[in-house]
Amino acid sequence: MEYLNIVFQEVYKILFLLIPVLVSVAMIVWLDRRVWAFVQKRQGPNVVGPFGLLQSLADALKYIFKEIIIPSSSNKVIFILAPIVTMTLALIAWAVIPFSATQVLADINVGILYLFAVSSLGVYGIIMGGWASNSKYPFLGAIRSAAQMVSYEVSIGVIIINVLLCVGSLNLNDIVIAQQNMWFVIPLFPMFVIFFISALAETNRPPFDLPEAEAELVAGYQTEYSGMMYAMFWLGEYANILLMCAMGAILFLGGWMSPIDVYPFTLVPGALWLILKILLLFILFALVKAIVPRYRYDQLMRLGWKVFLPLSLIWVVLTASYLFYFNLLPVN
Amino acid sequence: MIAHAIFFYTFSIIAVVSAIMVTASKNTVHSVFFLILDFISISCLFIMIGAEFLGMIMLIVYVGAVAVLFLFVVMMLNVAQQKNQWFAGQSTSKHIPIGLIISTLIFFEIIIVIGGWKYKPEIFDINNSLANTSVSNTHSLGQILYTDYIHIFQISGMILLVAMIGAIVLTFRQRSGVKRQSYIKQISRERVEGVEVLEVQSNKGVKIDD
Repeated sequence: MEYLNIVFQEVYKILFLLIPVLVSVAMIVWLDRRVWAFVQKRQGPNVVGPFGLLQSLADALKYIFKEIIIPSSSNKVIFILAPIVTMTLALIAWAVIPFSATQVLADINVGILYLFAVSSLGVYGIIMGGWASNSKYPFLGAIRSAAQMVSYEVSIGVIIINVLLCVGSLNLNDIVIAQQNMWFVIPLFPMFVIFFISALAETNRPPFDLPEAEAELVAGYQTEYSGMMYAMFWLGEYANILLMCAMGAILFLGGWMSPIDVYPFTLVPGALWLILKILLLFILFALVKAIVPRYRYDQLMRLGWKVFLPLSLIWVVLTASYLFYFNLLPVN
Repeated sequence: MIAHAIFFYTFSIIAVVSAIMVTASKNTVHSVFFLILDFISISCLFIMIGAEFLGMIMLIVYVGAVAVLFLFVVMMLNVAQQKNQWFAGQSTSKHIPIGLIISTLIFFEIIIVIGGWKYKPEIFDINNSLANTSVSNTHSLGQILYTDYIHIFQISGMILLVAMIGAIVLTFRQRSGVKRQSYIKQISRERVEGVEVLEVQSNKGVKIDD
């Protein structure tokens, strides 16, 4: 009986986290389209509901009632599994995101490694979808995407090492608390920029959306998908983008901390600060989508391996030497 | 404790079954997917014995990077051609004796390890080990790895680096006739260099240098 109680409590907590995440993914799709439209002096979705806020719900309804088509020559099990994998991986990562010092589903010791591991597993949904479709465009898209994500993961990993050098712990709450005096975006600003661009590449966002470059590959790995399965890929992608924004907010922008430690600001709950920071980063993501043209594939690879990786490695050496020389290493 | 046992047996059964399926499944891509499932369940087992750092590193390195490259290579192979070669009733394979030798060796190694467990139980006593149980797993690993075993750690890093450079050198070939684009050259082009205004005389035209 006691076990059941614990299980129900945990399930309750998980639902309390997942439902807001799913709703905010729907909202964020609307925000993305809206920002994109405003940059191009259009209106964007503004018909369904106030300001068009319910547009995503209408879209979801449309996807639910569409027929799911499974190509006859595809590998059916993997074809169906791929969107499920994408969606699941995008959602399980939220378990370790701290919304305040106490509001976190799983406060594990290796939180940042868990986030990194889950985001590096995200490539499997895409590869599985691309391969199982048994069609040329999805396969090319999947191959491109795998190479791209593996390349940019490396520099994200090195950037995380930079932050960890300043913190001395892998726990996400410790990382947030270590930024009490100064957000890491100030001393590690170049790393923040590189992290932002790598996050764009890691989530296949423009200007690095080569896996689904519609001018060359129809829709990349999603070409053969329809109905709810396509919607799940889409949801998973946006949940991943939100996750990357949350990761950036926690690593560089102080997570759930208020920007200044003064009375009226400290009253605001930490979750709200985190959401505001995620939104700020997401609006930057959306602006980049509207402003920057798509990269060529070799330029993308060059940027990842020849520019970002050496730069972030040099910065690791710099940070470590600075901390060591001035005796600032977080030793406990 | 019961919940712990249930999880342990679930993960270990998944690990063993998927390890068997890696060799048993006829489609090579399916084999790689089973391999990935195997890696994931093994990292879950690592996390269950409290080695959360090792489990996560297993996920990042093996599942996130190595298996992706595996999948890459396997997908590139012509699966249909392979089926004909390997599975068209060829029972006399040259790989079987080597495989047998290696598996016997591994079997005896495991016997030795388990035998040590039986006759010298204090080797496996956690309280006797070097690890300090009061700090977290990651801390104690770092404290041992970067102090007592720093030279071995550095040497293994150097070996990996040498292997990497060796692999690159072996596959590197200089190709001729490759057109390269220089970003600096492209960006720093001025209008004067690119555009030339000419008087075009009738019936004579202009010679464009190419």
